[in-house]
Amino acid sequence: MAILIIAEHNNQSLKSETLKVVQAATAIGGDITVLVAGFNSAAAATEAAAIAGVTKVLHADNAAYEHQLAENIAALVTELGKDYSHILAAATTTGKNFLPRVAAMLDVAQISDVIAIESADTFVRPIYAGNAIATVKSADAIKVLTVRPAAFREAQTGNNAPVEALTAVHDAGISRFVTQELTKSERPELTAARVVISGGRGMQNGENFALLNGIADKLGAAIGASRAAVDAGFVPNDMQVGQTGKIVAPELYIAVGISGAIQHLAGMKDSKVIVAINKDAEAPIFQIADYGLVADLFTVLPELEQQL
Amino acid sequence: MKILVPVKRVIDYNVKVRVKADQSGVDLANVKMALNPFCEIAVEEAVRLKEAGSATEIVVVSIGTTAVQEQLRTALALGADRALHIETDQNLDSLQVAKLLAKVVADEQPGLVILGKQAIDSDNNQTGQMLAALTGMGQGTFASKVQLADGKVQVTREIDGGLQTVELPLPAVVSTDLRLNEPRYASLPNIMKAKKKPLDVKAADSFGVNLSSNVTVLKVVPPATRQGGIKVESVAELVDKLKHEAKVI
Repeated sequence: MAILIIAEHNNQSLKSETLKVVQAATAIGGDITVLVAGFNSAAAATEAAAIAGVTKVLHADNAAYEHQLAENIAALVTELGKDYSHILAAATTTGKNFLPRVAAMLDVAQISDVIAIESADTFVRPIYAGNAIATVKSADAIKVLTVRPAAFREAQTGNNAPVEALTAVHDAGISRFVTQELTKSERPELTAARVVISGGRGMQNGENFALLNGIADKLGAAIGASRAAVDAGFVPNDMQVGQTGKIVAPELYIAVGISGAIQHLAGMKDSKVIVAINKDAEAPIFQIADYGLVADLFTVLPELEQQL
Repeated sequence: MKILVPVKRVIDYNVKVRVKADQSGVDLANVKMALNPFCEIAVEEAVRLKEAGSATEIVVVSIGTTAVQEQLRTALALGADRALHIETDQNLDSLQVAKLLAKVVADEQPGLVILGKQAIDSDNNQTGQMLAALTGMGQGTFASKVQLADGKVQVTREIDGGLQTVELPLPAVVSTDLRLNEPRYASLPNIMKAKKKPLDVKAADSFGVNLSSNVTVLKVVPPATRQGGIKVESVAELVDKLKHEAKVI
């Protein structure tokens, strides 16, 4: 087995997802090569070489790879990938963007969002937004997988693998980076947050979502919403947690004024601890909540903020 | 310019899926089916581009049994001009779907292909990227904004941590994210009119694509169920439980 992992980084530093993919790869067994493709990304390559279990780091440093454009990264990975039995990336927007392109160019299937590795050719993944768990076996010569970071621990560090510079440049020339606008929020990203507090239709309007701010600040939480809140126009839909929105698995999920429709549960039911605050004692959310509080959110939220 | 919109018939997102007892899959018998939500957004975007004068014709395509014609009619009612049904009983993987769609692209020569970022049944998020690879087109995945100008498309993409805008020469493949638009409802007159719009049927095996997959599903099981929790009486008790029992704050 020879495994190629494409590192997730921002040119300066490696993202923690990469360590989780390495951890997943150790379950397959075999030599692990990490590809760091970027521009002025030597620091990220050095970090990759330090991950325990990594045999070698390939470092492709060129302006063509600066913004991880799928067309260019896929051309590079397809060229390198022919020599590997497994190609892995994190199931982040970056990995999801370029890896299916690689799989198609190699004429193999991709297994998406793997949550467990049973053997070198058998993998477990959620389907129907996590309402069913499929075990699939691939007979393809090269297994191409995206790995759900939330399902694996981070690999240890303290290694000193050799870094090999790659000189060949693959610029497909069919895409151009224009701009990037990263959210300058003090709050963590919804999908990466340790704590998430979400509001639903019970919040009654967009202004009332401000009631969640103070609590989110105290807990270092991200703020989410149910589809009902998004459809009602309370908040933008990038805040939506659920089957068609974001799927989160934080340590603590606080659902406020959310009834718990199945498509919302699909996005958060893998959270470690779920708290529900709802005035309707019959709301389905209470069936999955570890701690439920039947009360009016407008009284509870200020009180909760004060007590934290 | 012609826009091609591949759409998928999936279980309605409101339905609670049940895994079959024999672990062979999910029970789809007598379950409400619908157009995949991300595909609805793709159709809507194509219709808006046509209304803005950027596109002249919208062709929708779906692959599956005769039942998918229902979803093609829905897309026609929403504003698509004609439909293509690629008929097969087989359950295809993204790669096989992308190969069939690549043949359709070769026949139809669209200026733009818009499809959903993922189907809510298989949750793969692969077909658009694979289609772009097979046709050699650039890809604008997870689009929250699409702007056409001078034979190019600028796509603003939802990425982890923010937005990224890329520019692709046409033809290109765009996959839709939730924020792109809010799909309209089909009006009754439009549903009636859609019945008269052209809908071609072609057999999947007439495309010369190998439809067999190297991936086998060994079993499908329900996810682990959560333990029922407790109800607390006050905020103070809740905070205390979170601090000392669950130890999450």
